[in-house]
Amino acid sequence: MLLDKFAPMAQIRAELAAAGIRPFGAVTERLISATEAVVEGRTVILAGTNNYLGLSFDPRCIADAQEAAARWGTGTTGSRMANGTFAEHLALEAELADLYGLPHAMVFTTGFSATQGLCATLAGPGDVILLDADSHASIYSGAQLSGAEVLRFKHNDPADLEKRLRRLGERAADTLIVVEGIYSMLGDTAPLAEIAAVKREYGGFLMVDEAHSLGVLGEQGRGAADAAGVADAVDFFVGTFSKSLGAIGGFCASPHAALEAVRFSTRAYIFTASASPSVVASTRAALAIMRAEPQLQRRLWANAERLYAGLRDLGLQVGPQPGPVVAVLLDDRDTALAAWQRLLDAGIYVNLVVPPASPTGASLLRCSLSAAHSDAQIGRIIAAFADPVAGAAGAL
Amino acid sequence: MPDYQTAVAYILALLEPRNRSGRPLTEATDLVADIGLSSLQVMELIERLEDHFDLSIPLNLLPDIATIGDLAAKLRDL
Repeated sequence: MLLDKFAPMAQIRAELAAAGIRPFGAVTERLISATEAVVEGRTVILAGTNNYLGLSFDPRCIADAQEAAARWGTGTTGSRMANGTFAEHLALEAELADLYGLPHAMVFTTGFSATQGLCATLAGPGDVILLDADSHASIYSGAQLSGAEVLRFKHNDPADLEKRLRRLGERAADTLIVVEGIYSMLGDTAPLAEIAAVKREYGGFLMVDEAHSLGVLGEQGRGAADAAGVADAVDFFVGTFSKSLGAIGGFCASPHAALEAVRFSTRAYIFTASASPSVVASTRAALAIMRAEPQLQRRLWANAERLYAGLRDLGLQVGPQPGPVVAVLLDDRDTALAAWQRLLDAGIYVNLVVPPASPTGASLLRCSLSAAHSDAQIGRIIAAFADPVAGAAGAL
Repeated sequence: MPDYQTAVAYILALLEPRNRSGRPLTEATDLVADIGLSSLQVMELIERLEDHFDLSIPLNLLPDIATIGDLAAKLRDL
Protein backbone atom coordinates (compact mmCIF):
# COMPACT_ATOMS: atom_id res chain seq x y z
CA MET A 1 0.00 0.00 0.00
CA LEU A 2 1.18 3.46 -0.90
CA LEU A 3 0.75 4.87 2.59
CA ASP A 4 1.96 1.91 4.66
CA LYS A 5 5.46 3.32 4.94
CA PHE A 6 4.13 6.15 7.09
CA ALA A 7 2.78 3.82 9.75
CA PRO A 8 5.91 3.93 11.97
CA MET A 9 5.84 7.74 11.96
CA ALA A 10 2.13 7.75 12.74
CA GLN A 11 2.79 5.38 15.64
CA ILE A 12 5.45 7.68 17.12
CA ARG A 13 3.12 10.65 16.82
CA ALA A 14 0.33 8.73 18.50
CA GLU A 15 2.61 7.78 21.39
CA LEU A 16 3.71 11.37 21.87
CA ALA A 17 0.11 12.59 21.73
CA ALA A 18 -0.92 10.01 24.30
CA ALA A 19 1.86 11.25 26.56
CA GLY A 20 0.74 14.84 26.03
CA ILE A 21 4.08 15.86 24.51
CA ARG A 22 4.37 17.83 21.27
CA PRO A 23 8.06 18.47 20.60
CA PHE A 24 7.64 18.55 16.82
CA GLY A 25 5.36 21.33 15.67
CA ALA A 26 4.83 22.83 19.11
CA VAL A 27 2.35 25.66 18.73
CA THR A 28 3.47 29.24 19.40
CA GLU A 29 0.28 30.92 20.54
CA ARG A 30 1.65 34.39 21.05
CA LEU A 31 4.97 36.08 20.41
CA ILE A 32 6.03 38.57 23.05
CA SER A 33 9.43 39.55 21.65
CA ALA A 34 12.29 38.02 19.68
CA THR A 35 13.16 35.94 22.73
CA GLU A 36 9.85 35.34 24.54
CA ALA A 37 6.59 33.69 23.54
CA VAL A 38 3.67 31.64 24.73
CA VAL A 39 4.25 28.10 23.47
CA GLU A 40 1.84 25.26 24.23
CA GLY A 41 0.23 27.39 26.92
CA ARG A 42 3.47 28.27 28.68
CA THR A 43 5.32 31.59 28.69
CA VAL A 44 8.84 30.64 27.65
CA ILE A 45 12.23 32.00 26.75
CA LEU A 46 12.86 31.14 23.11
CA ALA A 47 16.18 29.31 22.95
CA GLY A 48 15.63 27.48 19.69
CA THR A 49 14.62 29.89 16.94
CA ASN A 50 17.84 30.63 14.95
CA ASN A 51 17.03 34.32 15.42
CA TYR A 52 20.72 35.00 15.82
CA LEU A 53 20.70 38.78 15.67
CA GLY A 54 17.22 39.16 17.15
CA LEU A 55 16.07 41.24 14.19
CA SER A 56 12.64 39.65 13.67
CA PHE A 57 11.16 42.34 15.94
CA ASP A 58 13.44 45.21 14.97
CA PRO A 59 11.16 48.22 14.44
CA ARG A 60 13.10 49.30 11.34
CA CYS A 61 12.56 45.93 9.67
CA ILE A 62 8.89 45.90 10.62
CA ALA A 63 8.35 49.44 9.34
CA ASP A 64 9.97 48.66 6.00
CA ALA A 65 7.91 45.48 5.65
CA GLN A 66 4.71 47.39 6.37
CA GLU A 67 5.57 50.13 3.93
CA ALA A 68 6.44 47.59 1.21
CA ALA A 69 3.18 45.70 1.73
CA ALA A 70 1.26 48.93 1.34
CA ARG A 71 3.24 49.97 -1.73
CA TRP A 72 3.61 46.64 -3.56
CA GLY A 73 0.79 44.50 -2.18
CA THR A 74 0.98 41.29 -0.21
CA GLY A 75 2.53 39.04 -2.85
CA THR A 76 4.08 39.05 -6.30
CA THR A 77 1.77 36.26 -7.54
CA GLY A 78 4.35 35.15 -10.05
CA SER A 79 7.76 33.80 -10.94
CA ARG A 80 10.89 35.88 -11.29
CA MET A 81 10.84 34.69 -14.92
CA ALA A 82 7.41 36.20 -15.49
CA ASN A 83 5.81 39.04 -13.55
CA GLY A 84 7.57 38.42 -10.22
CA THR A 85 10.72 40.52 -10.61
CA PHE A 86 10.10 43.76 -8.74
CA ALA A 87 12.63 46.53 -8.23
CA GLU A 88 12.88 45.39 -4.60
CA HIS A 89 14.25 41.98 -5.65
CA LEU A 90 16.90 43.57 -7.84
CA ALA A 91 17.88 45.97 -5.08
CA LEU A 92 18.34 43.09 -2.64
CA GLU A 93 20.44 41.20 -5.17
CA ALA A 94 22.62 44.27 -5.69
CA GLU A 95 23.07 44.65 -1.93
CA LEU A 96 24.05 40.99 -1.52
CA ALA A 97 26.55 41.27 -4.36
CA ASP A 98 27.95 44.34 -2.66
CA LEU A 99 28.21 42.53 0.68
CA TYR A 100 30.54 39.97 -0.88
CA GLY A 101 32.21 42.34 -3.34
CA LEU A 102 31.09 40.05 -6.16
CA PRO A 103 29.42 40.87 -9.49
CA HIS A 104 26.56 38.39 -9.36
CA ALA A 105 23.83 37.50 -6.88
CA MET A 106 20.41 35.91 -7.08
CA VAL A 107 17.61 35.64 -4.55
CA PHE A 108 15.42 32.62 -3.92
CA THR A 109 12.06 32.41 -2.18
CA THR A 110 13.42 30.09 0.53
CA GLY A 111 16.82 28.99 1.74
CA PHE A 112 15.91 25.38 1.06
CA SER A 113 15.21 26.14 -2.57
CA ALA A 114 18.52 28.00 -2.89
CA THR A 115 20.70 25.10 -1.78
CA GLN A 116 18.56 22.38 -3.26
CA GLY A 117 18.05 24.22 -6.53
CA LEU A 118 21.68 25.14 -7.02
CA CYS A 119 23.03 21.69 -6.15
CA ALA A 120 20.49 20.15 -8.51
CA THR A 121 21.38 22.53 -11.34
CA LEU A 122 25.09 23.34 -11.11
CA ALA A 123 26.12 19.68 -11.31
CA GLY A 124 24.66 17.21 -13.76
CA PRO A 125 25.27 13.76 -15.21
CA GLY A 126 29.00 13.18 -15.59
CA ASP A 127 29.87 15.68 -12.87
CA VAL A 128 30.61 14.96 -9.22
CA ILE A 129 29.16 16.49 -6.06
CA LEU A 130 31.42 16.01 -3.06
CA LEU A 131 29.61 17.04 0.09
CA ASP A 132 30.34 17.10 3.79
CA ALA A 133 28.62 14.14 5.45
CA ASP A 134 26.72 16.42 7.86
CA SER A 135 25.26 18.58 5.11
CA HIS A 136 21.72 19.89 5.37
CA ALA A 137 18.88 17.86 3.88
CA SER A 138 18.39 20.46 1.14
CA ILE A 139 21.94 19.79 -0.08
CA TYR A 140 21.44 16.04 -0.09
CA SER A 141 18.13 16.50 -1.84
CA GLY A 142 19.60 18.72 -4.54
CA ALA A 143 22.55 16.38 -5.04
CA GLN A 144 20.16 13.49 -5.52
CA LEU A 145 18.17 15.46 -8.08
CA SER A 146 21.24 16.56 -10.02
CA GLY A 147 22.04 13.25 -11.71
CA ALA A 148 25.67 13.78 -10.75
CA GLU A 149 27.76 11.20 -8.95
CA VAL A 150 27.40 12.01 -5.26
CA LEU A 151 30.27 11.41 -2.86
CA ARG A 152 30.55 12.49 0.73
CA PHE A 153 33.58 13.19 2.85
CA LYS A 154 33.86 12.84 6.61
CA HIS A 155 32.42 15.78 8.48
CA ASN A 156 34.84 18.71 8.80
CA ASP A 157 37.75 16.51 7.67
CA PRO A 158 39.89 18.25 5.01
CA ALA A 159 42.23 15.23 4.83
CA ASP A 160 39.30 13.01 3.84
CA LEU A 161 38.19 15.62 1.29
CA GLU A 162 41.72 15.64 -0.14
CA LYS A 163 41.76 11.87 -0.35
CA ARG A 164 38.52 11.78 -2.31
CA LEU A 165 39.58 14.53 -4.72
CA ARG A 166 42.83 12.66 -5.32
CA ARG A 167 40.89 9.50 -6.18
CA LEU A 168 38.84 11.45 -8.71
CA GLY A 169 41.92 12.35 -10.76
CA GLU A 170 41.03 14.66 -13.66
CA ARG A 171 37.35 14.58 -12.67
CA ALA A 172 38.20 16.70 -9.63
CA ALA A 173 38.08 19.74 -11.92
CA ASP A 174 34.38 19.09 -12.58
CA THR A 175 33.52 18.56 -8.95
CA LEU A 176 31.22 20.73 -6.87
CA ILE A 177 32.46 20.69 -3.27
CA VAL A 178 29.70 21.60 -0.83
CA VAL A 179 30.25 22.59 2.79
CA GLU A 180 28.48 24.72 5.38
CA GLY A 181 30.02 27.57 7.32
CA ILE A 182 28.49 26.55 10.64
CA TYR A 183 26.65 23.25 10.96
CA SER A 184 23.10 23.55 12.15
CA MET A 185 22.86 20.66 14.59
CA LEU A 186 26.05 20.88 16.69
CA GLY A 187 27.06 24.45 15.89
CA ASP A 188 30.58 23.58 14.81
CA THR A 189 32.44 25.70 12.25
CA ALA A 190 33.96 24.28 9.07
CA PRO A 191 37.77 24.40 8.78
CA LEU A 192 37.46 26.55 5.69
CA ALA A 193 41.09 27.61 5.42
CA GLU A 194 42.13 23.97 5.09
CA ILE A 195 39.20 23.12 2.81
CA ALA A 196 40.02 26.08 0.56
CA ALA A 197 43.66 24.94 0.38
CA VAL A 198 42.58 21.48 -0.76
CA LYS A 199 40.24 22.98 -3.34
CA ARG A 200 43.02 25.18 -4.69
CA GLU A 201 45.32 22.17 -5.03
CA TYR A 202 42.89 19.85 -6.79
CA GLY A 203 40.51 22.22 -8.55
CA GLY A 204 36.76 22.00 -8.57
CA PHE A 205 34.20 24.52 -7.42
CA LEU A 206 33.51 25.37 -3.80
CA MET A 207 30.02 26.14 -2.48
CA VAL A 208 29.76 27.40 1.09
CA ASP A 209 26.34 27.43 2.69
CA GLU A 210 26.46 30.33 5.13
CA ALA A 211 22.91 29.73 6.41
CA HIS A 212 24.00 29.59 10.05
CA SER A 213 27.10 31.79 9.72
CA LEU A 214 25.70 34.85 7.93
CA GLY A 215 25.58 37.61 10.51
CA VAL A 216 27.40 35.34 12.94
CA LEU A 217 30.96 35.36 11.61
CA GLY A 218 33.15 37.60 9.49
CA GLU A 219 33.46 41.28 8.75
CA GLN A 220 29.99 42.84 8.34
CA GLY A 221 28.57 39.37 9.04
CA ARG A 222 29.68 37.92 5.70
CA GLY A 223 30.14 34.51 7.23
CA ALA A 224 32.63 31.74 7.86
CA ALA A 225 34.64 31.98 4.64
CA ASP A 226 35.29 35.67 5.25
CA ALA A 227 36.24 34.97 8.86
CA ALA A 228 38.72 32.32 7.69
CA GLY A 229 40.20 34.72 5.15
CA VAL A 230 39.38 32.50 2.18
CA ALA A 231 36.41 34.25 0.58
CA ASP A 232 38.35 34.39 -2.68
CA ALA A 233 38.35 30.58 -2.88
CA VAL A 234 34.55 30.39 -2.79
CA ASP A 235 32.71 29.98 -6.08
CA PHE A 236 29.20 30.06 -4.66
CA PHE A 237 28.13 31.66 -1.41
CA VAL A 238 24.64 30.52 -0.52
CA GLY A 239 22.54 31.31 2.50
CA THR A 240 19.20 32.13 3.97
CA PHE A 241 17.29 35.15 5.21
CA SER A 242 15.39 33.11 7.79
CA LYS A 243 17.98 33.17 10.55
CA SER A 244 20.13 36.25 11.17
CA LEU A 245 17.94 38.38 8.91
CA GLY A 246 14.69 37.41 10.59
CA ALA A 247 12.63 36.78 7.44
CA ILE A 248 12.57 33.98 4.86
CA GLY A 249 14.37 33.48 1.57
CA GLY A 250 17.69 32.37 0.15
CA PHE A 251 20.50 33.68 -1.99
CA CYS A 252 23.58 32.90 -3.98
CA ALA A 253 26.49 35.23 -4.70
CA SER A 254 29.24 34.29 -7.10
CA PRO A 255 32.18 35.62 -9.08
CA HIS A 256 31.07 33.54 -12.08
CA ALA A 257 29.15 35.27 -14.88
CA ALA A 258 27.50 31.92 -15.56
CA LEU A 259 25.29 32.52 -12.51
CA GLU A 260 23.05 34.63 -14.74
CA ALA A 261 22.48 31.59 -16.96
CA VAL A 262 22.14 29.32 -13.94
CA ARG A 263 19.35 31.61 -12.78
CA PHE A 264 17.32 30.75 -15.84
CA SER A 265 18.10 27.05 -15.59
CA THR A 266 17.10 26.43 -11.97
CA ARG A 267 13.65 24.97 -11.51
CA ALA A 268 13.50 25.91 -7.83
CA TYR A 269 13.95 29.53 -8.93
CA ILE A 270 11.73 29.53 -12.00
CA PHE A 271 8.75 27.44 -11.04
CA THR A 272 7.75 29.21 -7.86
CA ALA A 273 6.49 32.65 -7.01
CA SER A 274 9.11 35.19 -5.99
CA ALA A 275 9.43 36.43 -2.41
CA SER A 276 6.72 38.77 -1.14
CA PRO A 277 7.71 42.45 -1.24
CA SER A 278 7.33 42.83 2.54
CA VAL A 279 9.75 39.94 3.07
CA VAL A 280 12.27 41.44 0.67
CA ALA A 281 11.97 44.85 2.33
CA SER A 282 12.53 43.57 5.86
CA THR A 283 15.43 41.46 4.61
CA ARG A 284 17.04 44.53 3.06
CA ALA A 285 16.63 46.44 6.30
CA ALA A 286 18.08 43.57 8.34
CA LEU A 287 20.99 43.20 5.94
CA ALA A 288 21.86 46.86 6.38
CA ILE A 289 21.64 46.54 10.17
CA MET A 290 23.80 43.39 10.12
CA ARG A 291 26.52 45.23 8.19
CA ALA A 292 26.38 48.41 10.23
CA GLU A 293 26.05 47.07 13.78
CA PRO A 294 28.87 44.64 14.60
CA GLN A 295 27.90 44.85 18.27
CA LEU A 296 25.06 42.44 17.52
CA GLN A 297 27.54 39.77 16.46
CA ARG A 298 29.65 40.40 19.56
CA ARG A 299 26.61 40.16 21.79
CA LEU A 300 25.53 36.89 20.15
CA TRP A 301 28.95 35.36 20.72
CA ALA A 302 29.08 36.49 24.33
CA ASN A 303 25.75 34.73 24.89
CA ALA A 304 26.87 31.64 22.98
CA GLU A 305 30.11 31.29 24.90
CA ARG A 306 28.37 31.78 28.24
CA LEU A 307 25.70 29.17 27.50
CA TYR A 308 28.22 26.68 26.09
CA ALA A 309 30.45 27.01 29.15
CA GLY A 310 27.47 26.92 31.50
CA LEU A 311 26.07 23.71 30.08
CA ARG A 312 29.48 22.07 29.82
CA ASP A 313 30.21 22.96 33.44
CA LEU A 314 26.99 21.20 34.44
CA GLY A 315 28.61 18.02 33.17
CA LEU A 316 26.43 17.86 30.07
CA GLN A 317 27.83 16.60 26.79
CA VAL A 318 27.86 19.55 24.41
CA GLY A 319 29.00 19.98 20.80
CA PRO A 320 32.67 20.32 19.85
CA GLN A 321 32.92 24.10 20.12
CA PRO A 322 30.93 27.16 21.17
CA GLY A 323 28.72 28.64 18.49
CA PRO A 324 25.33 30.20 17.87
CA VAL A 325 23.96 26.69 18.17
CA VAL A 326 24.69 24.89 21.44
CA ALA A 327 23.48 21.31 21.50
CA VAL A 328 23.28 18.97 24.46
CA LEU A 329 23.74 15.36 23.39
CA LEU A 330 21.81 12.58 25.10
CA ASP A 331 22.22 8.92 24.21
CA ASP A 332 18.65 7.93 24.91
CA ARG A 333 15.72 9.29 22.91
CA ASP A 334 13.15 8.91 25.66
CA THR A 335 15.41 10.71 28.13
CA ALA A 336 15.75 13.55 25.65
CA LEU A 337 12.01 13.65 25.11
CA ALA A 338 11.28 13.87 28.81
CA ALA A 339 13.97 16.49 29.32
CA TRP A 340 12.55 18.57 26.47
CA GLN A 341 9.13 18.57 28.12
CA ARG A 342 10.57 19.46 31.53
CA LEU A 343 12.47 22.35 29.99
CA LEU A 344 9.25 23.61 28.41
CA ASP A 345 7.47 23.29 31.73
CA ALA A 346 10.32 25.26 33.29
CA GLY A 347 9.80 28.04 30.72
CA ILE A 348 12.52 27.26 28.19
CA TYR A 349 11.81 26.35 24.57
CA VAL A 350 14.61 24.46 22.77
CA ASN A 351 14.58 22.19 19.71
CA LEU A 352 14.43 18.43 20.15
CA VAL A 353 16.31 16.52 17.46
CA VAL A 354 16.26 12.74 17.32
CA PRO A 355 17.88 10.29 14.90
CA PRO A 356 17.97 10.18 11.93
CA ALA A 357 17.79 13.99 11.84
CA SER A 358 20.76 14.26 14.21
CA PRO A 359 24.24 13.78 12.75
CA THR A 360 25.20 11.10 15.25
CA GLY A 361 23.18 8.41 16.96
CA ALA A 362 22.50 10.81 19.83
CA SER A 363 19.39 12.84 20.48
CA LEU A 364 19.89 16.57 20.82
CA LEU A 365 18.46 19.32 22.94
CA ARG A 366 19.42 22.02 20.49
CA CYS A 367 19.64 25.59 21.72
CA SER A 368 20.21 28.55 19.45
CA LEU A 369 21.28 31.89 20.80
CA SER A 370 20.30 35.42 19.94
CA ALA A 371 21.93 38.80 20.38
CA ALA A 372 18.56 39.75 21.86
CA HIS A 373 18.89 37.34 24.79
CA SER A 374 19.57 39.21 28.01
CA ASP A 375 22.12 38.12 30.60
CA ALA A 376 19.24 37.17 32.87
CA GLN A 377 17.67 34.98 30.17
CA ILE A 378 20.94 33.11 29.57
CA GLY A 379 21.16 32.55 33.31
CA ARG A 380 17.61 31.16 33.38
CA ILE A 381 18.35 28.80 30.49
CA ILE A 382 21.40 27.40 32.27
CA ALA A 383 19.49 27.08 35.52
CA ALA A 384 16.68 25.20 33.78
CA PHE A 385 19.14 22.73 32.31
CA ALA A 386 20.80 22.23 35.67
CA ASP A 387 17.87 20.45 37.18
CA PRO A 388 15.98 18.26 34.71
CA VAL A 389 18.60 17.64 32.08
CA ALA A 390 21.71 17.30 34.17
CA GLY A 391 19.75 15.09 36.52
CA ALA A 392 18.53 12.91 33.69
CA ALA A 393 21.92 12.76 32.04
CA GLY A 394 23.54 11.80 35.30
CA ALA A 395 21.09 8.96 35.68
CA LEU A 396 22.03 7.41 32.35
CA MET B 1 39.25 -2.45 -6.92
CA PRO B 2 38.94 -5.57 -4.78
CA ASP B 3 37.79 -8.81 -6.34
CA TYR B 4 34.44 -10.08 -5.21
CA GLN B 5 35.63 -12.69 -2.71
CA THR B 6 38.10 -10.29 -1.10
CA ALA B 7 35.32 -7.76 -0.67
CA VAL B 8 32.94 -10.34 0.79
CA ALA B 9 35.57 -11.57 3.24
CA TYR B 10 36.33 -8.07 4.49
CA ILE B 11 32.65 -7.12 4.83
CA LEU B 12 31.99 -10.31 6.79
CA ALA B 13 34.89 -9.53 9.10
CA LEU B 14 33.53 -6.03 9.75
CA LEU B 15 29.97 -7.17 10.35
CA GLU B 16 30.50 -10.33 12.36
CA PRO B 17 30.81 -8.44 15.69
CA ARG B 18 27.39 -6.86 15.00
CA ASN B 19 25.72 -10.15 14.14
CA ARG B 20 23.21 -10.96 16.85
CA SER B 21 20.88 -12.94 14.61
CA GLY B 22 22.22 -16.32 15.72
CA ARG B 23 22.69 -17.28 12.08
CA PRO B 24 26.00 -17.16 10.18
CA LEU B 25 26.47 -14.21 7.87
CA THR B 26 26.57 -15.00 4.16
CA GLU B 27 26.56 -13.14 0.86
CA ALA B 28 22.76 -13.29 1.00
CA THR B 29 22.50 -11.63 4.40
CA ASP B 30 20.49 -8.39 4.21
CA LEU B 31 22.28 -5.48 5.89
CA VAL B 32 19.10 -3.93 7.28
CA ALA B 33 16.50 -6.69 7.47
CA ASP B 34 18.82 -9.39 8.86
CA ILE B 35 21.51 -7.49 10.77
CA GLY B 36 19.40 -4.46 11.64
CA LEU B 37 21.92 -1.80 10.63
CA SER B 38 20.61 1.75 10.95
CA SER B 39 21.22 4.24 8.15
CA LEU B 40 24.01 5.73 10.24
CA GLN B 41 25.62 2.30 10.70
CA VAL B 42 25.38 1.62 6.97
CA MET B 43 27.27 4.85 6.31
CA GLU B 44 29.90 3.94 8.90
CA LEU B 45 30.35 0.58 7.16
CA ILE B 46 30.72 2.34 3.80
CA GLU B 47 33.36 4.68 5.23
CA ARG B 48 35.38 1.79 6.62
CA LEU B 49 35.27 0.03 3.25
CA GLU B 50 36.28 3.22 1.48
CA ASP B 51 39.27 3.69 3.78
CA HIS B 52 40.34 0.05 3.57
CA PHE B 53 40.16 -0.26 -0.22
CA ASP B 54 41.09 3.39 -0.92
CA LEU B 55 38.05 4.13 -3.04
CA SER B 56 34.91 6.27 -2.90
CA ILE B 57 31.47 4.70 -3.07
CA PRO B 58 28.90 7.05 -4.67
CA LEU B 59 25.71 7.52 -2.68
CA ASN B 60 23.84 6.91 -5.93
CA LEU B 61 24.68 3.20 -5.63
CA LEU B 62 23.18 2.70 -2.19
CA PRO B 63 19.55 2.12 -3.24
CA ASP B 64 20.72 -0.94 -5.19
CA ILE B 65 22.51 -2.50 -2.22
CA ALA B 66 20.57 -4.78 0.10
CA THR B 67 22.84 -7.73 0.84
CA ILE B 68 26.49 -8.30 1.61
CA GLY B 69 26.80 -9.78 -1.87
CA ASP B 70 25.29 -6.66 -3.46
CA LEU B 71 27.81 -4.49 -1.64
CA ALA B 72 30.77 -6.68 -2.61
CA ALA B 73 29.69 -6.62 -6.26
CA LYS B 74 29.51 -2.82 -6.25
CA LEU B 75 33.01 -2.62 -4.76
CA ARG B 76 34.30 -4.97 -7.46
CA ASP B 77 32.70 -2.94 -10.24
CA LEU B 78 33.82 0.54 -9.15
